[in-house]
Amino acid sequence: MSKPVYKETNHSYDGSVLHYITQAAEHGLYEIRGLGAKRTLPTFDDLSFLTASASRYPLEGYREKCETRTVLGSRHAKNPIELDIPITIAGMSFGALTANVKDALGRAASELGTSTTTGDGGMTPEERSSSKTLVYQCLPSRYGFNPDDVRKADAIELVLGQGAKPGGGGMLLGQKISPRVAQMRTLPEGIDQRSACRHPDWTGSDDLAIKLNELREITDWQVPIYVKVGATRVKHDVKLAVASGADVVVVDGMQGGTAATQQVFIEHTGIPTLAALRQAVEALEEIDMAGKVQLIISGGIRSGADVAKALAMGADAVSIGQAMLMALGCNSDYYVQNGRHIDATADYAALDTAPGVCHHCHTGKCPVGVATQTPDLEARLDPEWGARRVKNYLQTLTMELTTLARACGKSNVHNLEREDLTALTLEAAAMAKVPLAGTDWIPGVTNA
Amino acid sequence: MESLTQKGVDAQTFDLASTTVRELNQFLHHELDGPEYIEILNPDGQHSIAVGLDAPVTVDIHGHAGYFIAGMNKQASVTVHGNVGWSVGENIMSGSVLVKGNASECAGASGHGGLVVIEGDASSRCGISMKGCDIVVGGSVGHMSAFMAQAGHLVVCGDADHGLGDSLYEAVIYVRGEIHGLGADAQIEPMQESDYAKVAELLARAGFDHDPKTFKRVASARSLYHWNADHFQEY
Amino acid sequence: MCGIVGLLLKNGALNARLGELVTPMLASMSERGPDSAGLAVFAEQDQGEKFSLFAADSEFDWDALKHALDDEALVGKPGIVSQGRYARLTLDVEPDTLKHWLGEHFPMLHVLSAGHYIDIYKDAGHPAAIAERYGFTGLTGSHAIGHTRMATESAITPAHAHPFTAGEDFCLVHNGSLSNPYSIRRRLERRGIRFETDNDTEAACRFIEWRLGEGETLEDALEEGFSVLDGFYTLLMGTHDKLALVRDPFACKPAVVAETDDYVAIGSEYRALAHLPDVKNATLFEPKPEVIYSWNR
Repeated sequence: MSKPVYKETNHSYDGSVLHYITQAAEHGLYEIRGLGAKRTLPTFDDLSFLTASASRYPLEGYREKCETRTVLGSRHAKNPIELDIPITIAGMSFGALTANVKDALGRAASELGTSTTTGDGGMTPEERSSSKTLVYQCLPSRYGFNPDDVRKADAIELVLGQGAKPGGGGMLLGQKISPRVAQMRTLPEGIDQRSACRHPDWTGSDDLAIKLNELREITDWQVPIYVKVGATRVKHDVKLAVASGADVVVVDGMQGGTAATQQVFIEHTGIPTLAALRQAVEALEEIDMAGKVQLIISGGIRSGADVAKALAMGADAVSIGQAMLMALGCNSDYYVQNGRHIDATADYAALDTAPGVCHHCHTGKCPVGVATQTPDLEARLDPEWGARRVKNYLQTLTMELTTLARACGKSNVHNLEREDLTALTLEAAAMAKVPLAGTDWIPGVTNA
Repeated sequence: MESLTQKGVDAQTFDLASTTVRELNQFLHHELDGPEYIEILNPDGQHSIAVGLDAPVTVDIHGHAGYFIAGMNKQASVTVHGNVGWSVGENIMSGSVLVKGNASECAGASGHGGLVVIEGDASSRCGISMKGCDIVVGGSVGHMSAFMAQAGHLVVCGDADHGLGDSLYEAVIYVRGEIHGLGADAQIEPMQESDYAKVAELLARAGFDHDPKTFKRVASARSLYHWNADHFQEY
Repeated sequence: MCGIVGLLLKNGALNARLGELVTPMLASMSERGPDSAGLAVFAEQDQGEKFSLFAADSEFDWDALKHALDDEALVGKPGIVSQGRYARLTLDVEPDTLKHWLGEHFPMLHVLSAGHYIDIYKDAGHPAAIAERYGFTGLTGSHAIGHTRMATESAITPAHAHPFTAGEDFCLVHNGSLSNPYSIRRRLERRGIRFETDNDTEAACRFIEWRLGEGETLEDALEEGFSVLDGFYTLLMGTHDKLALVRDPFACKPAVVAETDDYVAIGSEYRALAHLPDVKNATLFEPKPEVIYSWNR
């Protein structure tokens, strides 16, 4: 009698691995997709606030004011960025997103007194007019980059890398290269387009210093210059950004999103935002630049609690991309037309995906009209409706942020500090260098 | 070529041994009054001289200059009587930048319009990422020139080092001398009448006297335009 | 990330002015490397075995070293000229013997260079301040190599500053960032080669030292280096009678060379050369990738 064959799960070659191998064998190409890392990672959810009780006194919600004003870029610029809230909207390109989405983001940001950021596709007139405070990205591709827009910008963000693909360039597949996108990028319509990973006119931090100086000369030293890095060797990179002359350093963690890149980049490069933030703060402290050069953290910031914890850990502001798109309906099972909810699940199914797990930004077939350049899909998102959604979301984040800050006895959200936090998991305690809850133990820093 | 002062035109002179580049640029951005002629002395390798200009001004820089000279130029005609460092005329929009000597790497990088002329040699990555400007090099260009060039023309009167036109989009390269290796997706194509006319026009504008018949055309084979076109739906 | 400079005098009449000519070259590269700086100077004549020493302790008593060496029966008569934390020791002794002896008796002293021609000065701080501290303008010799450092991945200390040395009368400075320094290091350590820092440049320096020790010429060692060293680099090297320069195949880190009848000068940027006599009439060129350039005095 033969032994029974058990139907054991193969953990080395589970369903997703089999799918990956099958696809690779079939096509001989790597997988391209949008959004950020999907794997389980330590997050700000693994931290908790030690709010006031007997030893500290909380502030009364709604009655006792909690300041959220945020100033960015005071190191060299004559006109630093002044925001009403420390929550900014991350760089996302026209091309990846529709003009309607860029417009909605701009309107909402202006209403709540914060900034939006251009992306790889250059600056659209719509975005400039709808966004009161606009950060203009200078990217390796330089698509549509021009001195007129440089002079119109409120700040320049020189992008070295992105959390979703540090060390790599972007991808924009042909179906999203519409006539307008093609014209802005000086590319033929409908081609698959690869963005460069290094800048065309300088390489290395010593030459970056000269490049930043050129941008300052062109802008007459008026506007702040940010330097954005994808979170990998964060300590070195933050110090080098400062050495090169950055006014603001933007660190984009592993969970940061993208419109399209190789899946292998998204899931297998960089460090989680939680760890990146602590490293960035330590880098600034080690060179005595904390508070002199501002720090913006991005990559998987979703809630007011995330914002409050990021500020407590030492960020001056956060930047949000993916969650803003979700506020606009990304991964929702419906879209809204003339006030009516219209079911989109069939459109997701046609892409072989479903609401909640979709990452098809790269295909341009976004069922909810966010990440597309196809006119009929684009029409699924009304900019006015979108602006209201983004405004509501930003408002909620801000109220949650001040709620937590007040509970910690702070009259200014920037007075949150890392000692206000405790960690709920060993991983978070080690990465954020915050004591494990109920102990004074920081793994790798203090003795248990 | 004579400078305008040698021709007796009045110039406003800035000596960078005693004036800062910042003061010079502020003047060029805000205090020009109509078409003017500016002479700059003792550049001594300093960077970002005459960047971000947006006026029909004529600028002569006497001596060797550093990085990003005449970066993001619009309208102005800038001449460097000497060599330049990296990325001369980067992101040029219109107007012209003329270098009488040699240029270091990335000359005319990402230029959108206008004309960049290097009378001597240009080093590596000349015309990288160019987006519609025209570049004419009297001598040779270094490796990876016109890398990912999207639009415009690069005319090389001398030789081109390896990796020429790697990952080209719609920019076209004309080379008179030897090509020491093409980059991925670049190919030599037959010259058409329109090519001869374009080369003749650019040589004339740059002040060179070569026979357009002696140039070869290099353009994109366009085989990388749709790298996964057959299967993209499945990704 | 860094600034590099080099000057080789073909006209011996200028040797007395070497420091005066090279110091502004170094200072002009301060923005490229504000953290630390160093200078290697090669004398025109064999001066016997000499060592550049650097004291970890800023209050180090150099007389104590002299007395201790005087008492040491094994070695000859030592000569010491000191300047703060730096001293030049002349002593007819094998470098390894001295290093071993110092390790036992004066572990706070580092041997920056050894040889018959070379002197090295390096320290943390602003390049102009370092030049002032060690009196760079007054130095004489036939050729010199300088470096200003913007630290990328390793610490800012005098030991991490360039030039790095290996063996005798050899030094190297680097602009760029190697992408495989640790595997080169492990490969060399398995052969018993010892490292003093975790700086990527030291890996390049020790690799070349190893190849030279195996009897290769500098040119052959550099040729092999093109296949071993990965990443970005412009390397400038000095030996008792020459300067050598290479750039990696990508050539993303800059260099410019000026040559006249009197000198060969190398800088990361033209700015470094602008003050040199008659440079406006020099032959100026940019070194090509993967080509070995060398100039003899």
